[in-house]
Amino acid sequence: MTTAATNPPDARRAGRFVYATAVILLCAWVIVPLYFLLINTLSSPEAVNSFPKSFVPEFDLESLTFFANFAGMLNALKNSILVAGLTMVMSIAIGAPAGYALSRFDFPGKSTFRLLILLTRAFPLPLLALPLAVMFIRTGLDDTIFGLALVHTTLAVPFAVLITFSLFSGIPIELEEAAWTLGCTRLTAFTKVVLPLILPGITASAIFAFVISWNEVFAAAVLTIENRTLTAFLLQNLDTSPLHLKFAGGFILVVPALIFIFAVRKYLFAMWGIANR
Amino acid sequence: MAEIQIKSVAKTFGTYQALHDINLTIADQEFMVLLGASGCGKTTLLRIIAGLETASTGEVWIGGRRIDHLAPKDRGIAMVFQNYAVFPHLTVFENIGFGLRMQRMPNAQVKERVERTASLMHIEQLLKRYSGELSGGQRQRVAVARALAMEPDVILMDEPLSNLDALLRMEMRAELKGVLAESKTTAIYVTHDQVEAMSMADRISVMHQGKIVQAASPIEVYRNPAAEFVAGFIGNPPMNFLGATPAGPGKWQVAGNVFDGPDAGKPLHFAIRPEDMLPASSGLAAVAKVVEPLGAHLLVTCEVEGTLFRAVLDSDLSVKPGDTLTLAPQPDRMRWFDPETTLAVV
Repeated sequence: MTTAATNPPDARRAGRFVYATAVILLCAWVIVPLYFLLINTLSSPEAVNSFPKSFVPEFDLESLTFFANFAGMLNALKNSILVAGLTMVMSIAIGAPAGYALSRFDFPGKSTFRLLILLTRAFPLPLLALPLAVMFIRTGLDDTIFGLALVHTTLAVPFAVLITFSLFSGIPIELEEAAWTLGCTRLTAFTKVVLPLILPGITASAIFAFVISWNEVFAAAVLTIENRTLTAFLLQNLDTSPLHLKFAGGFILVVPALIFIFAVRKYLFAMWGIANR
Repeated sequence: MAEIQIKSVAKTFGTYQALHDINLTIADQEFMVLLGASGCGKTTLLRIIAGLETASTGEVWIGGRRIDHLAPKDRGIAMVFQNYAVFPHLTVFENIGFGLRMQRMPNAQVKERVERTASLMHIEQLLKRYSGELSGGQRQRVAVARALAMEPDVILMDEPLSNLDALLRMEMRAELKGVLAESKTTAIYVTHDQVEAMSMADRISVMHQGKIVQAASPIEVYRNPAAEFVAGFIGNPPMNFLGATPAGPGKWQVAGNVFDGPDAGKPLHFAIRPEDMLPASSGLAAVAKVVEPLGAHLLVTCEVEGTLFRAVLDSDLSVKPGDTLTLAPQPDRMRWFDPETTLAVV
């Protein structure tokens, strides 16, 4: 009995210790590589290649300025943003109605359909690359921003469908029904009640689609030649670049994705809080 | 004038028949309660009237207008939902004014109407809050105010008090009844709580397995149940049943006693409410099993010829488990049911 009485505070302290350790480890796992990336990006080429490494960045902007002046760099950045933007719009335009239908209506084959959505992700893109490239060349979609956005949309749509499905499911049907009895049609009930509640979640899943497109490199490398996106462009060029430029290129790729996710983090939290009420 | 007529409404979900040929007329300004256990079809019927569900067959008329093909917004109804369905992204003010805004009512008028309805429901101090900042009882008030602000012909309520705690429920019950009587709307109120039904209704429709078993005033439903189901469902504790065999014209033998009853040539069920019996020198011999003093009276669970039997007696009486009581049923409170059809026999 006495051990039982003295144990809980000890157990609690141990629990807190484990908890804190886990938090620190997880943070370190994400932050340390990013930190090294930052240091090496902001270091002179000599410092990057030397050993031991410094833990303090030198704030040498040489590598970054090199990229800013690199021919085609800005164009690739523009392409990336256009493709990702288009992907974002198309995957929400297609995914959100599908998510709504999945959460609100019963139809035959509903669960099979949900499985099929996920299965599209199980199909390896490299297998598709050749037929896709041939088809794109025939239809004239090759090396266009729209064509690449189409491919990225097919990659992002499953997530858009599943995220919006869970968002719509989190909004009680009674809220819509109440709106119907208060003078709304199905459409106005959606725009006046469902949409405001779901907007943060839609934004978050749109950003998610953006990041998927932003990070995608395989299709971008295969399907574009002149109009390369940033990832494909850097992949093509970094292969033969010196180490310090590889770091800088990686940094340029990682930072926007990080910033986007950071920007929507409060929506990512808020969307559950609001959707459940 | 908003008389509601439900004509031969039936509803099937796949192979499951949720409603069988419902016919019901609800008078203008009447407070009708649909009462029944869960799964009896009462909510389905309400949702068909609201237009949230379509009837498989049959017609619904409100105020002389057939409405079963119309969208919910065109039916002149307002609804209060079980989980309140207060819009979380709008203030209480905008919630109550939501329907009025949809009608494009001018701002000043919306403000006036919202404030009036809010004060009716005693929530005028909450108008700037969001539903996340309200308690269950306050949300419930907002939901009712939102429905009332529409000044509908018909107000439909789906177990509006079932999520409130007991004390609040009692308070809201009385308040709702008063507010609705004043608003002069026809009300249909769905509940599984018989106390709520008895205390609020002008008329109760008792539903069972997709049918309306009895539609009558609360006291009628209580005193003269139309079927054994109603007798066993209404009243706490419910009615007692015993077998009765014919003992001459209009005479029935019940547990060794002979009572006057209806004329029928076959065995019936004898029924009596627990509070309609008095200890006397002759009557039903009941062996007390459990004695529960409830303050105002004494609830005695006993056995009469092996059948469970309850009596509500005066609390001054001293009864111990094992005692044998002689209970005399009041002659004008005895009821008889046909065991085959389960319907009342008069």
